[in-house]
Amino acid sequence: MSDLDELYQQIIVEHNRSPRNFKRIDGATRSADGDNPLCGDKVTVFVKLDGDVISDIGFQGKGCAISKSSASLMTGAVKGKTVKEAERLFHDFHDMVAGDHPSTDPKSLGKLAAFQGVRQFPSRVKCANLAWHTLHAALAGAAESVTTE
Amino acid sequence: MSSGARTAREPKRAKEAPAFDALRVRADFPILATKVRGRPLVYLDNAATSQKPRQVIDATTRYYAEQNSNIHRGVYWLSEQASAAYEGVRAKAATFLGAADPGEIVFTRGTTESINLVASSWGRANLRAGDEVLVTAMEHHSNIVPWQLICEEKGARLVVIPMNRQGELLLDEAKKLIGARTKIVALAHVSNSLGTINPVREIVELAGLHGIPVLVDGAQAAPHLEVDVQDLGCSFYAISGHKMFGPTGIGVLYGKAALLDAMPPYQGGGDMIRSVTFAKTTYAPIPAKFEAGTPNVAGTIGLGAAIDYMGALPMEEVAAHEHDLLNYAVEQLCDVPGLTLIGTAQHKASVVSFTMDGVHPHDVGTIVDQEGVAVRTGHHCTQPVMDFLGIPATTRASFAFYNTRADVDALARAVRKVRKVFPA
Repeated sequence: MSDLDELYQQIIVEHNRSPRNFKRIDGATRSADGDNPLCGDKVTVFVKLDGDVISDIGFQGKGCAISKSSASLMTGAVKGKTVKEAERLFHDFHDMVAGDHPSTDPKSLGKLAAFQGVRQFPSRVKCANLAWHTLHAALAGAAESVTTE
Repeated sequence: MSSGARTAREPKRAKEAPAFDALRVRADFPILATKVRGRPLVYLDNAATSQKPRQVIDATTRYYAEQNSNIHRGVYWLSEQASAAYEGVRAKAATFLGAADPGEIVFTRGTTESINLVASSWGRANLRAGDEVLVTAMEHHSNIVPWQLICEEKGARLVVIPMNRQGELLLDEAKKLIGARTKIVALAHVSNSLGTINPVREIVELAGLHGIPVLVDGAQAAPHLEVDVQDLGCSFYAISGHKMFGPTGIGVLYGKAALLDAMPPYQGGGDMIRSVTFAKTTYAPIPAKFEAGTPNVAGTIGLGAAIDYMGALPMEEVAAHEHDLLNYAVEQLCDVPGLTLIGTAQHKASVVSFTMDGVHPHDVGTIVDQEGVAVRTGHHCTQPVMDFLGIPATTRASFAFYNTRADVDALARAVRKVRKVFPA
């Protein structure tokens, strides 16, 4: 598989076209805005917490295929997980796409493994991470919007 | 081809401008031989920065190897050599821009600093609360933000001349907006994101009716058009060396002598003074008044080499060649499914901005990069243009004289590949 085919895997192109959980959640427990000034990518993540569990999650925004599909697949990956589990996934995802010495086995990340090709495209790592940083901020209850810069 | 093979079509060709030999000049640009992932580099980001010919690289190197010393006031041979070379470029730049006198040429870091100099120095001396600074809807951030800063400080207002969706200024609106409150008009000669060539002379005439100075951002014009500031009639003209085949970190501000004379210094330091005491400092005459500190001597000498290089090009043939590249690119791209050209002004420089349905420009950029094609994606430092058109960003291919139809073919092939990854 070429670098390009690995970057734009079918699942990424498909989630870009039809993003899942692309919705605003009224009565969300937490939400946060994130942007990537370099690309103009913008995302808002809404989280509904049921105790410690992410019972619902949605996102809105605009951006490139990598940022949009990453947000879409993220929502699927963390829905039903505890906050701690979600943070663990963020850590592992970040390690896979941007870690200096990645130790995460992509297979352990399920569908998120589709993003391992992003490593080969340093200028696109921020696109893949944007939604995750924004989720992290939402879970932390941050008041400021997050930026990848 | 034997003379017998010449057909009746031949005279038609003769009517066209003599073909510019892009392949010959390409040999002057070492970087153009670069391979990207095994493919030849197709460099189509000239509006961001141009490549440098060997002549410019050599001049800069030669300065450091043979002439390096601090300029002005040195009584030794080496400093005299460097000072003469530095001031020689001022004279070249004056000729290049059609200035009346080398004293009207101020060396800066680039267009951005040139505009900041005027906004800060001229603006501080001339703007009052309630005054208006007129810019256009297609300005680069560098011709917006410096004015916003000084407007905020002075309680002045930034007013915008609108454009149509093709990217052409609405001159009738400009007429209405230029009035008693207007103190200066600042506009791009050529738009960096749309390619529009603006009617600078008409704007200068309108402003002239009210005795208002006009600053022209010439960063995108200098590499493509013959600029004559006296013919344009503008008060200030700003250019960047690196966009016209020279080094980074060097640019020029042209200003009419009477205006520059009346303006307060921009930065204080060495070289810009006549005498300094703790009680009072008096300033050097122009242009030294605006060149505080040791300047970018190597960059200036490189700029001189770039001006020489451009001066030796057949500019009419270059213009015809770039026009051909623009038309050919439009032709090759316009039948790609879902592709929309952004910026379709009647008078355009060789810039092709476009969007593709269902694909973000950053994905376009990444995919065409895999084919060795370097284009710029994003808002091109013209966020208000993107907002006006209701798009987040564009993909922009911008051509220089060393580009060829083969480069356009590579771009078109790469863009079609985008459609394979993201079907329409």
